[in-house]
Order: sequence, then C-alpha cells, then structure tokens
Amino acid sequence: MIYKKKLALTYLKLDPVQTSVKFNLREKMTNQLTGAEIVFKALEEHGVEYIFGYPGGAVLPMYDQISKQKKIKHILVRHEQGAGHAAEGYARSSGKPGIILVTSGPGATNTVTALTDAYMDSVPLVCITGQVPTHLIGTDAFQECDTTGITRPCTKHNWLIKDVNKIAETVHKAFNIATTGRPGPVLIDIPKDIQFQKGVYKSSKEIEIDNKKKIINSDLTNIEKAVEMIVKSSKPIFYTGGGVINSGPEASKALRELVKLSGFPVTSTLQGLGAIPGDDHQFLGMLGMHGTYEANNAMHDCDLLINIGARFDDRITGRVDAFSPNSKKIHIDIDPSSINKIVKTDLSIVGDSLTVISEMITILKTKYSNFNSSNKEKISAWWSQIETWRKKKSLSYKKDKKLIMPQQAVEKLYELTKKQDTFITTEVGQHQMWAAQFYKFKEPNRWMTSGGLGTMGYGLPAAIGVQLAHPKKLVVDIAGEASILMNIQELSTAVQYRLPIKIFILNNQWMGMVRQWQELLHEKNYSESYTEALPDFVKLAEAYGAVGIRATNPNELDDKIEEMMKINKPVIFDCVVKKDENCFPMIPSGKPHNEMILGPDDEEEISEEGKVLV
Amino acid sequence: MPKSAYEIDQQSESVERYIVVAWVDNEAGVLARIAGLFSGRGYNIESLAVAQVDDERNISRITIATNGTKQVVDQINAQLLKLIPVHKVATYPIDDTSIFRELALIKFVAESDTLKKAEQLCIDLNSIILDKTPKSFIAQYLGTRREVDSFIKKIKPLGAISISRSGALAMKKGPETVKDNKGKVL
Repeated sequence: MIYKKKLALTYLKLDPVQTSVKFNLREKMTNQLTGAEIVFKALEEHGVEYIFGYPGGAVLPMYDQISKQKKIKHILVRHEQGAGHAAEGYARSSGKPGIILVTSGPGATNTVTALTDAYMDSVPLVCITGQVPTHLIGTDAFQECDTTGITRPCTKHNWLIKDVNKIAETVHKAFNIATTGRPGPVLIDIPKDIQFQKGVYKSSKEIEIDNKKKIINSDLTNIEKAVEMIVKSSKPIFYTGGGVINSGPEASKALRELVKLSGFPVTSTLQGLGAIPGDDHQFLGMLGMHGTYEANNAMHDCDLLINIGARFDDRITGRVDAFSPNSKKIHIDIDPSSINKIVKTDLSIVGDSLTVISEMITILKTKYSNFNSSNKEKISAWWSQIETWRKKKSLSYKKDKKLIMPQQAVEKLYELTKKQDTFITTEVGQHQMWAAQFYKFKEPNRWMTSGGLGTMGYGLPAAIGVQLAHPKKLVVDIAGEASILMNIQELSTAVQYRLPIKIFILNNQWMGMVRQWQELLHEKNYSESYTEALPDFVKLAEAYGAVGIRATNPNELDDKIEEMMKINKPVIFDCVVKKDENCFPMIPSGKPHNEMILGPDDEEEISEEGKVLV
Repeated sequence: MPKSAYEIDQQSESVERYIVVAWVDNEAGVLARIAGLFSGRGYNIESLAVAQVDDERNISRITIATNGTKQVVDQINAQLLKLIPVHKVATYPIDDTSIFRELALIKFVAESDTLKKAEQLCIDLNSIILDKTPKSFIAQYLGTRREVDSFIKKIKPLGAISISRSGALAMKKGPETVKDNKGKVL
C-alpha cells in the first residue's frame, strides 16, 4: 500500500497542471539546484580534481555540468575499465579517492573489474553511474542494467538514488565510507530524471554521518601485551602489508622507526612494498610465492610474527597448516574480519597501523628504555641464521650475452631511474613479480599493482592516473606483451592529455606466468599461452602518436632506457627478452615456506593435491 | 568447507548450529546484501526470518539459522558487521540460555474418519486448529525446530498435505538485551 501511495505522488509531480505550482515554489526557494548540479557541488566540496569517465545517454545531464565549471577536470578514457584503473592509480599514488563517472548499462558493467580490483586491494573509489529514468527501471530499457545488484558484492556500499534531495547526503556518505576504515570502492547510481530534477544542496557539515562503523581506539592493554611479546622474543619478524601504505606516509615513517628501534628483520607483502626502503639492511625483501629465500625461511622459523596491515593471503601463506608453525602471532588490522580469517592469531589488535605503531614505539621507549641495546645480543643468533639464508642469493639469475634477461631489464631500469622519484605500475604476470623482486622502492605510494584480483590490463590506465596526480614525476608501467594488449586503447588517453608515461614491456611472446605454470604443473602442455600474432609495438606507439623504442640486445639496454627517460611523451619500450625464463624463487602450490624452488636445477615433483590449487 | 584453496585447519573444531541475528536499516536491497554475503562466501542459510521491529528507527531484525565451526560463525559475524546498513550482530549458540521458536502451518485434506483422528492427534500434541471444513483443517504448531520436526513427523502419515514453516526466532533469556552503539535497546 505504501509503495502505491509513493508511486501516486510521483505521478502527481509529473502532472503538467502541478508543474506550474512547482515553478512558483522554485522561484521562492532560491537555492534549488538540479540533481547533476548537486553532484558536482558535492564533488567540489570534497576537493575533487579529476574525474575519469566516459559519457553516454544516461549521464548527459551530468556531462552538461563538466563544461559549465572549471574546478574539476574530466579525463576522457577509451573504455570504462580504464577509467576505473586510472582512478585507482590516482588514488593509490595520492592518498585521495579516485572518481569515476560512467553511463548506465555497459558503462556500469565495464567498471565492474576495476571496482572488484579496488575492493580486493582496498583502494578508495567513488563511482557515479547514470541510470535509465526512474519510470523505466525494471522494464529492460535501452542500456538498462541492475547496476546496484551487479556491483553489490564488489563495493563497500552502493546506492540507487530515487530522490533528488538525497543526492548531496549520499555523495558525502559515499566519500566517508570509501575513505574510512579499510578503504574501498563505493557506487552511486543516479537515474536520468533525478539528474534533471531540482532539489536542495546540503553541505557535508549539515549531515550527520553515523559513525557506528568507525574503529574505536585500539585496545591499549593489547598493545602493551604485544610490546611485551616483542621484548621477550628471540626470533622475531615484522610482516607488513598494504595497511601500512593505506594508513598514509606517516605510518611508513613510524614503521621505519619501530623497525630501527627493535632491530628486527622485516618482510613485506606485494602491496606493502615501499613502507621500508627496499635497500635497507633489515629488509628481507618480499615474502610469499615469489618472495626471497630469506624472507620465507624467516617466516617459517620465527618465534614471533608481527603482522601489521596484511591479511595472510594465500599467496603469502602457502600451506596454511604448515605456515610459521612455531611462532606466536600478533595481527594488527583495521578490518576486524581479517583477524582469524585464515590464520589463528595469539593476539589481535583492531586499529589503524599508524596509531598502533606509534603507541608501540611510545611504550617501548618509556617502559623498556634499554630494549634497543639489550635486544641486540638476544637476536644476534637469529640474524646470523638470516644471513646464511641470504647467502643463497635466491634472486640471482644467469645473464646471457645475446639475449636480454627479463630480470636484468628490470634491474637496469631500477639502476637508471633510482636517482629520481619514480612511480611504477605493473600489469599482472611474471613481469609483475620481477618488478616486485628487483625494483627497490624507497618511499610508499610509488608502487601500484593489482595484487588481490590480479587484473591484466591494470598498469597502463593506472599509470595515467598516477601521472595526473604527479605531473612532473617519472611514471613507468612495467608490462608484459599480453597484459598490455588488454587495455592498450588507453594509450590514446595518455596522448590526448600529454601524459608522458613510459610503458616498459618485457616481451617474451608468451603469457609468461601461464607458460611457467604449464611447464611446472601441467606436463609442459603449453595450451594457448603463446601469442602467434603480436603487433609491432614500435609502430603501434607511432600510430597512437606516442614514441616507440625497441631493445633486443643487452648491450643497448642502458642507452635505450636513457633515451626513453629523456622523451617527454608517452613511450612504448618494447624490451625483447629471453622467451622461456621462469620466475624464481617459487613456493610451489601446496608447499610450506621452507620448501621453495630456487631455480631451474631445483625443480621437483609437485603433488596431485598441489596441482589443484590456484 | 574450505574458504580458500588452502584448507583451513578445522580438525579441532566441530560444526554446530547457530542462530545469527542482525539488526539492520530497513532499506532497499539490505536482504540481498546479506543473502549475497552468505552465498558469495559459501556460508549456509538453513532458515531465515525478517521483519521490521522498530518503525521509528526503521530497523529490521534478521534472524538466520546457520551452521559452521566457531571460527566460521565468528567470521560470519565480522563480515555482517562490515555491511553498512548492519547496526549490530549477535550470535546465539543452540543451548538453554536462549529461547528459540519456529511456527508451522499444516493443512490436512482427508475423509472424515481420518480427519477426525488427525485432528485429535494435533490437539493432543498442543497445536491449534485455525480453519475447519468437512474435508479439511489447518493446524498451527509452535515450538523449537526439533519440536516442529517431530510434530510434522508424527502427523504427516495421517494426511498432512501442505506444510508451511517459518524461520527460527531467538531471544536471550533473562533481563539481558542487545544495545546499539548509542545505548538504545534493539
């Protein structure tokens, strides 16, 4: 009954006789704005600089606003997925939420991969989608889809707005939800008629946002207990993740202080790289499936594992029942559902990394003032054990006189770019792991990669977002030749906005990681992993209005990379590398951390059970 | 049921039945969010009961009967709390510290002799007759899941042809209540 009444009211509003009455009302109420105007006013209030989007029928009222104002710049992508990843790149490198504007139907469905990617990697995004007019919803109208239904499982929250007066409030709530707690994507679906209707704008100060979800101050007694465990341990390790990066650059500073103060070894997940300088002596490198020998063995043998802002992902743990079997585990996470999800912990602290780390430092300094000196002896045996693992040099590889080794290409890129503040994005596959292994990040927010979802085609649009946030900095997308083709159309966007991003392709003609798994796990059945027809990447770059460079010989690598860095335009660097190189070290499926394969001579049988795992 | 390809060690914990209660904003799509969370993460919904309980605050109480180890149920709890319209979640293990109720409606259609026998049995088993015709009657039965199960088992052979059952409801015994973050009783 109530529903029917509401419908009747809507019809009344549309009635032409009533419209004249409404006009009079409008004149009296001077602060009436259209729905589209309200959206842009709200975006302005939140300091939005860029919108990544693509127009279409159901968002045209909002696109009218883009040309009517100057504060927010619209970046026209070539595919809505690209808009999503570009917004992610912008968000991850700047710490501010990324904004997406797309139309209904295919516009919305094309963003789903990017939204899921952002959800898995905790990236704050606000996605605004157009929807068919309210009276057409549910009629299978042209370019209609159930956007909120489709994006429900891949957003932190989403809304379908049916009342123009709810727009301002919803946008403010959307920014709050996207950026607080564990960050993530949100979506607002606005029917076209609502974008045209007039309503009242409310600023975010006029709106009460229910903070029932805000994390309460972390339990101080638990932090004290954690410090006590830290002081007592003799074989400790810090295992840090993306949570430290998401907590802001201050959290990385605090972590560095804690690591220095304790003298403990530290390892990082893929997403946590940069929190600790990659060349720091206490840093053992990345851990997990393609992590270093010393990091994984230290994780396995430690007596205290301190997880800060990581989530015991399956790429990290390997076999869970053999994961770090003899250690006490402390888990610090802002998301209560991450705790005890995969690995049971002895002590858990729900809170923001920065807050908890700072608290730990204070307690260490006040309660255990001689800890730093007394501690050195206690963990010296542990460090000498770690040094013996380090001597294995698990990242070493054999160089070739004629062929460029992919590891060598990344290493060279690092050597030549390390003097300047460089931002790296990647696609997904072997090149991504080599980038993580060989590029040593000095600062947080310099490394943008799709870790959770593993989205091929992420790196190029992400680089666009990064370059917009950091116009003067060097931005390199380390790519594979298969991944880059998944969103190559965005090169056109980079050219249009004169974004001098560098696309560094490790070209081995294979979907390298697929080929590697087929070799190791599927009896060398190289099914469909070789690309028979690839474009000429140099000509492709030229066709788009970018610059193409090709390197095929190790001797020319340095010069060509330097040439690339000098060009103030988008560049595709086609780095032709050895075709069948595998990414090592590797923890094979179903194996614990201390049973790594170090190189081609070390390959062993993988069990039937292991083969089933992903 | 492993939640990832890498099996979680659950040997030490047994699978048990729990009632999970969530207090949510009564808004469009909230049930879909909760049902989607359960199906998406591989949790089981055995029964479900939803209704608005506070029209001033616009709050619905969703009661879900599920089963899993303690770890899985804790995870369900934490995952539900992450949903924006969810205010509070409470877990009720099946024990005698709480009251559990389910409702069943059963229609009988039979010849008068059998019908009489069935009706008498229903009355003996403490159910209420809600509708009666010469060829049929409808009985209402109220009890715990086990009681409803056993009632249905007893009366089914006598010609029960249509059975409708509600989801379970749960409430803690004694004066204890669940409060929202502002201290208001839910």
